[in-house]
Amino acid sequence: MAKREEVICAGFGGQGILFLGKLIALCAMKENKFTAYMPSYGAEVRGGTAYSMAIISDKPIPSPVITRPDSAIVMNEPSFRKFRDKIKKGGLLVLNSSLVGNCGRPKGIKLIKLPFTEIAFSLGNVKAANMVALGAYIKKTNVVSVKTALKAIDEFIKDKKLVVINKLALLKGASLVK
Amino acid sequence: MKKVLMSGNEACGEGAMIAGCRFYAGYPITPQNELTEYMARRMPETGGVFIQSESEVAAINMVFGASLTGARAMTSSSSPGISLKQEGISYMAACELPAVIINMVRGGPGLGNIAPAQSDYFQATKGGGHGDYHLIVLGPSSAQEMMELTVLAFDLADKYRTPVLILGDGLIGQMMEPVLVNSRQSLVVSKKLTTKNWVLTGCKGRDPRIVKSLWLNDGALEAFNRKLGEKYEHIKRAETRYEAVRTEDADIVFVGYGSVARILRAAVARLREEGIRAGLLRPITLWPFPQAAIRQLSKKTKKFVVVEMSMGQMLEDVELAVAGNAKIEFYGRPGGGIPHEEEIYQRVIARHKVPKQSKK
Amino acid sequence: MTVQCNTMKKVFTRPKSLRDVRTHYCPGCGHGVIHRLICEAIDELGIREKVIGIAPVGCAVIAYDYWDFDTTEAAHGRPPAVATGIKRMMPDRIVFTYQGDGDLAAIGTAEIIHAANRGENISVFFVNNGTYGMTGGQMAPTTLLNQKTTTTPHGRDAKTAGYPLKISEMLAILPGTAYLERVSTHSPKEILKARAAIKKSFVKQIENKGFSMVEILSACPTYWKMSPQEAVRHMEKAVASYYPLGILTEK
Repeated sequence: MAKREEVICAGFGGQGILFLGKLIALCAMKENKFTAYMPSYGAEVRGGTAYSMAIISDKPIPSPVITRPDSAIVMNEPSFRKFRDKIKKGGLLVLNSSLVGNCGRPKGIKLIKLPFTEIAFSLGNVKAANMVALGAYIKKTNVVSVKTALKAIDEFIKDKKLVVINKLALLKGASLVK
Repeated sequence: MKKVLMSGNEACGEGAMIAGCRFYAGYPITPQNELTEYMARRMPETGGVFIQSESEVAAINMVFGASLTGARAMTSSSSPGISLKQEGISYMAACELPAVIINMVRGGPGLGNIAPAQSDYFQATKGGGHGDYHLIVLGPSSAQEMMELTVLAFDLADKYRTPVLILGDGLIGQMMEPVLVNSRQSLVVSKKLTTKNWVLTGCKGRDPRIVKSLWLNDGALEAFNRKLGEKYEHIKRAETRYEAVRTEDADIVFVGYGSVARILRAAVARLREEGIRAGLLRPITLWPFPQAAIRQLSKKTKKFVVVEMSMGQMLEDVELAVAGNAKIEFYGRPGGGIPHEEEIYQRVIARHKVPKQSKK
Repeated sequence: MTVQCNTMKKVFTRPKSLRDVRTHYCPGCGHGVIHRLICEAIDELGIREKVIGIAPVGCAVIAYDYWDFDTTEAAHGRPPAVATGIKRMMPDRIVFTYQGDGDLAAIGTAEIIHAANRGENISVFFVNNGTYGMTGGQMAPTTLLNQKTTTTPHGRDAKTAGYPLKISEMLAILPGTAYLERVSTHSPKEILKARAAIKKSFVKQIENKGFSMVEILSACPTYWKMSPQEAVRHMEKAVASYYPLGILTEK
């Protein structure tokens, strides 16, 4: 695992974008790593792109603001356009192909492209697309363990039914990546 | 002790709960809404009072009223809202009423933007409202400190009968970090709180009390101002707080507070790796300002680099403290710009005439 | 003067809640009388040790030098917000504000409307004398049309200065307002009615009925440029006809 991982999660309001970043930070905390999470705040979360930033590190984190992420989890087309060129060389793009059309082949970065929305829909809750994406992301990067993520979901989500579907989605996402 | 992932806004609210805050009034403004919402949830749970006021002006005056009864009281806002509160803050300083005021600073002047900034330093430390007064001003640098300094703020407010302002910013407020939620006992707090023998509770069993700020008789206000002045001098002697990181042998000392100090800390570590003797002086109390500490350093340090998220406000206090003893450079990012440690590092490297390290 | 006589009953004395000092008010000013009425009501209800009064910015700012119970002083217009803070922390105490027309109906409009709208369980005594006395007789929100003041030297003109504000009528329609009455101080009969209204307002608060307010018409002979006699006649004829007396709401 890298010593420092900076990830941006982006999509539109209602896709659980802020939750996604928060959950990554919570997992990092559970694994006793330094972490910081920063949401995009204000009017912009009510339309267009919402995004959140999470940093996981073995050192204290100076600023939680990310300009060039190591990874980006991108859940819709406008966010793809906003962040595609910001990812560091050799970084990772986790892309929701259900809502991003032809993305071309971004140069110099790794790409995981899966229909997260459709997968979540087939699991019974379209809102769990973010967890499918998270599963794919942590399986690929190993920044935190899937086991920790499952525990974090238990802690974060109050509704028992939603816990089940979110865990299911996370595991599904992880299973789709080598 | 429990480790919880918390935003600075929430940590501040939790600090207020730990300190026994009984009254909160506030008005929505970004980027501090999470704090108001936190208080809306938590205050009723503990039998405290939460009011969403009609304005910032009303909020600070409600706090004035609650404080009169001896209750620990707090209000919070962000820059434009803090401007509105200045009237009430001046009256509270004049009536010697304790209270805690949170400013999660955003870019200004005017409506500005909602991004983090440090451009309210002058307003916070040089008076803000009308009249001859000071507030104790604390500059937290993490969610953890947001909680701990909020507790301290309540203690200092009671101890000195004065409003205390916490100068955070959008970054400190919005960012979530792991926070160790302490029990009150484990926090560094002054234990001896003054007896509140001035509160208005109805005059049962004692003479009536008057809490006021009008001094019309000849010389009365002058005498009162001198009394306040003595209090401020005492606070300067007793309550100045700062953190010094590797300043003992430093050739370059960074001075920065709040969010900026986090970034400077990382820059110092990196510069040290390159063999550059850098250090950081981080004021924790912005008023009283750690003037003596900086003056002391200025006698052996060659250069100070002041970094602020503004066009240079604390810079003036550093200049006063250094008093010409050393060179001062300033680097500012106003209007919501947040300096990156790389920026700071590169600037220093460039000016220090050290051959640039090969980059990966 | 104290008269001691075994055969006579004492029918009039200084209220205990009123300090035995001379006031600074002008001849014919209503403040002294109104201060006293409040103290009489407090004595009668036996609440002196539970009362916290809030003095305004205006001529009555040093009311605390006359009242003999716990008092404070709020910034101009802010007494309802300060009262809210006090009352919410100590619901069993009796909290009142004493406010002039500039304080309550101009600079403090937001505070009074929202205190009423929240149904804050406080008493507000609103002294309407149609001018800014403390600052030298400028136009108040309640200055009558054509009334001359230092800032309306040719008389208040609605075209440029608007109309005398009927703030009590505005507050009376709010569901949070439990009791609102307009009284006057232009005759002994009206003064007795004012006294009853002030007492009733305290009773409403004791009974936790919510926000109550008494608007008290008062004279300012100095800045009306009238003798005290002319001033009370003006109150009865001109002021009370624009600001009709009586209960505006009671729940």
